[in-house]
Amino acid sequence: MSVLEKLGKERLFCDGGSGSMLQAWGLRPGELPETWNLTHPDEIAELSRMYFAAGADIVNANTFGANALKYPENLEEIVTEGVRLARRGRAAAGREDGLISVDIGPTGKLLAPLGDLSFDRAAELFGETARFGEKAGADIVFIETMADTYEAKAAVLGAKENTRLPVFLTLTFDAKGKLLTGGDVRTVVAVFEGLGVDALGINCGLGPAQMLPLVRELVREASVPVIVNPNAGLPRTENGKTVYDLDAETFSAYMRQIAEAGAHVIGGCCGTTPEHIRRTILACRDAAFYPPTAKSSTVFTSFSAAQQIGGEPVIIGERINPTGKKRFQEALRRKDTDYILAQGIEQEECGAMALDVNVGLPEIDEPVMMRHIVTSLQAVTALPLQIDTSDPAALEAGLRYYNGKAMVNSVNGKEESIRAVFPLVKKYGGVVVGLTLDENGIPGTAEGRVNIAQRIYAAAASYGIAKKDIVIDALAMAVSSDEQGARVTLETIRRIREELGGHTILGVSNISFGLPRREILSSVFLTMALQAGLDCAIINPGSEAMMRAVYAYRALAGHDPQFRNYIAVFGAASDDPAKEGRTQPLQKSSPETEPQGRSLGECIEKGMKSQAAAATGELLKTTAAMDIVDRELIPALDRVGRGFEGGSVFLPQLLMAADAAQAAFAVIRDSMAGETAHVKGRIILATVKNDIHDIGKNIVKVMLENYGYEVIDLGKDVPPEVIVETAVREDIRLVGLSALMTTTVVSMEETIRLLRKKKPDAKVVVGGAVMTQAYADRIGADAYAKDAMETVRYADSVFSNLTSS
Amino acid sequence: MIRVDEKEVYRYLGYRGAVPDTEIREKVSACVERLLAVIEPRSVRKSFPIIREEDGDGGSILQIAGMEIRSYALTKNLRGCTEAVLFAATIGLGADRLIRKAMVAGISDAVILQAAAAAAIEEYCDEVNGEIVRDAAERGLFVRPRFSPGYGDFPLAHQGGFLQVLDAQKRAGIHLTDGDLMVPSKSVTALIGLSAENAECVLQGCEACGKKECAFRR
Repeated sequence: MSVLEKLGKERLFCDGGSGSMLQAWGLRPGELPETWNLTHPDEIAELSRMYFAAGADIVNANTFGANALKYPENLEEIVTEGVRLARRGRAAAGREDGLISVDIGPTGKLLAPLGDLSFDRAAELFGETARFGEKAGADIVFIETMADTYEAKAAVLGAKENTRLPVFLTLTFDAKGKLLTGGDVRTVVAVFEGLGVDALGINCGLGPAQMLPLVRELVREASVPVIVNPNAGLPRTENGKTVYDLDAETFSAYMRQIAEAGAHVIGGCCGTTPEHIRRTILACRDAAFYPPTAKSSTVFTSFSAAQQIGGEPVIIGERINPTGKKRFQEALRRKDTDYILAQGIEQEECGAMALDVNVGLPEIDEPVMMRHIVTSLQAVTALPLQIDTSDPAALEAGLRYYNGKAMVNSVNGKEESIRAVFPLVKKYGGVVVGLTLDENGIPGTAEGRVNIAQRIYAAAASYGIAKKDIVIDALAMAVSSDEQGARVTLETIRRIREELGGHTILGVSNISFGLPRREILSSVFLTMALQAGLDCAIINPGSEAMMRAVYAYRALAGHDPQFRNYIAVFGAASDDPAKEGRTQPLQKSSPETEPQGRSLGECIEKGMKSQAAAATGELLKTTAAMDIVDRELIPALDRVGRGFEGGSVFLPQLLMAADAAQAAFAVIRDSMAGETAHVKGRIILATVKNDIHDIGKNIVKVMLENYGYEVIDLGKDVPPEVIVETAVREDIRLVGLSALMTTTVVSMEETIRLLRKKKPDAKVVVGGAVMTQAYADRIGADAYAKDAMETVRYADSVFSNLTSS
Repeated sequence: MIRVDEKEVYRYLGYRGAVPDTEIREKVSACVERLLAVIEPRSVRKSFPIIREEDGDGGSILQIAGMEIRSYALTKNLRGCTEAVLFAATIGLGADRLIRKAMVAGISDAVILQAAAAAAIEEYCDEVNGEIVRDAAERGLFVRPRFSPGYGDFPLAHQGGFLQVLDAQKRAGIHLTDGDLMVPSKSVTALIGLSAENAECVLQGCEACGKKECAFRR
């Protein structure tokens, strides 16, 4: 039996650390250890030999830091030699049964959107190393010391897309059981079992004693074999060197406890030596072994939070969806990401526990938009997402770039749907919504729907997707067209739960379609469905009636200990709901949002956002939109702007006024959805390549928009070519560039040079922390603006010259 | 637990000693509270000997932790020092996420949160600094004001070297972008010189900076 066949059937042992030994052999601080594959082959082979001789079954080749970022010239040579030397060590130890893994560590870069390494580039980097490793004869891809679920996902996909080797993954948790990027054990297990790793666990960061509670949690959650590779205790510095506090014997005693806690593959990390491993193997010789068992809980996640299905009902916000919403459709067409993100954040504040994401519109590129919205949402909310599309390409885009284990909405009983959806779920992981309809339509009976549910379970199983990863949509149909509809749906929910032991989901508000006061029917139906056993409700969390039903049900069904949430939400109803961090689900018709006799101009000057919106709504009843803009909005902004320029108004006040004006503009825009507003000019804004600090640029954007300009916001870290191409394509007359650091002003200069060549009639205004007039002159900008107001003034001068000439 | 001095937040918002009105003060307090709920301060530090060499042009090169540093300002700062404690500190990605989220809802909160985060990382660095001072005092050593890559003529490019020798990516989650910017954005690398002699009053912070027209100058 090869070692791989023993995985999960008996205990396997990994190797231990290499750094401390290589240092003892002369590796200098800062020297890249993988270079020793070429310069010190005998030492590297000897290290492998020692671990195999100590009894390790799996030994890592010396490739931990080997990727094309660090070895752009000779990656293949480094990896090939690393694997070859490990094989030489294995032969020298006479351990032909042992396995060699190509070792893959983090790139050292943080992935976008918070960092600057793209997901695809990361997957490519990892894939290369894995491919070279396989070619050189490695038996396993061992990804370790990952601190970020997104980077680890890129590594797993890279390995799987480029090799046929089994993939082992270990991540580094802190003592609180969290990754540096926030994920916990349950999240990690859901995400990486979803991605199909062969074994999963924890390494580095902690000693065995600190790891023990995490090991217990891992064993409790995971269905795959659990790997545990701790450091030799905790580090301390002695004479400038890092040393660890556990000797081999003490370490091995802890490792026996870890084995008894149910770990399946154990070894060591920093500070451990072949002796630590030899002693560990001895200590664990007669410890009981518990094979991994399949766990049945249904979990979907974001990067940091896991949401269990079954138990407390899961409220999924339905509002990121263009169906029947003009304003939302317009936002999609105009790529107004912020509008869509705001919908997500609002739903979260209203109590949504997950968000459905549907961005399907015939005239847009749905896969591109899905990827964009999913990644943008994940930069602003930790709620798990439900990817809602009927386009398999958009589904794949959503799943691939999602950081976590998503929900998939949806598959149905049709052969075509099954063939399109399940392979993607198998590859990327996910909890799938199964609609109870098929080629013959929607069955009119619960019996018919239960039958389809059973077929969906069976089809999923044939793709290797567990039943726990399916949630059945019992389908709420409009009772106005079939008065038995609600009853059938409720019975389907009950039977799925009782007879099939499955989970259910509903888009609840369909039920009341075509009837008056829909929220009355919808909310009562929601209560009935929850009582019948509904696990997930897709609703509008901004609806007071629906959320009342949710909070009341939770309290009455025992999901709200001491009625804490119920009281927090409804007990505080008399408090100021405009306050930050409100739990109040609704803030409509509160006196605080009334303008209270203030003019719109005053509301803007004072930075009162909701009042400004309300005042605008009032004015629109009597006044034309353009008049409101010209007579109230712009003069108020100007007063604040002049105060800022004169030093009597400070930045926060200026920006509060800007926010209030934006709220007013939003109301005006809603009132004229479809019509085009007058635009003073179109301006590109971008934070230049390599720069990721964009708050200054965003301030300028808000101000320019308020003054009637259309801003094409290209975001941050924007390559010169993209800026120039956009300027040419859109025939742009003014480009605003921002850079924070002297190091990134270089990209600014390059952008200007390229613009001059390709779009000589475009003016360039620059700004940013290190910018000065002299600096701006030196890099050839037309103007330097020290703040947002100066940018507005400059834009006014550019565009008034254009119109007068 | 980090305490954020709201006066510092006002300064980062450009108030230059002026006191904001009640509304803004309340908004600042609320933002500070939101920020403190999401930050996760982490730091790493390690001590290295300082080796001095002549560069042949009358200047000197400092050898610290395998880095060769040419900086007149740093050389002056480290006069009389035999050892330097390098550190990297961050308040974590939570702050970046919160600021990004606030930006969607409105720019004013985002800017205040950003100022609060700047104050928080400074505060945390002061805390780490304090620990280094205490450790040094126990050994009978004196410290110099902390000095960061990017101060004066100390090249920002050394930031990467700091993060590498401190293993800060793994141990504190601090990464460097291709443009030499740190993520999380509220992160700091710095060193503190240790010496057997006490130094005369040494300029530090804003007072040591040449950008006299800066809107945020103390």
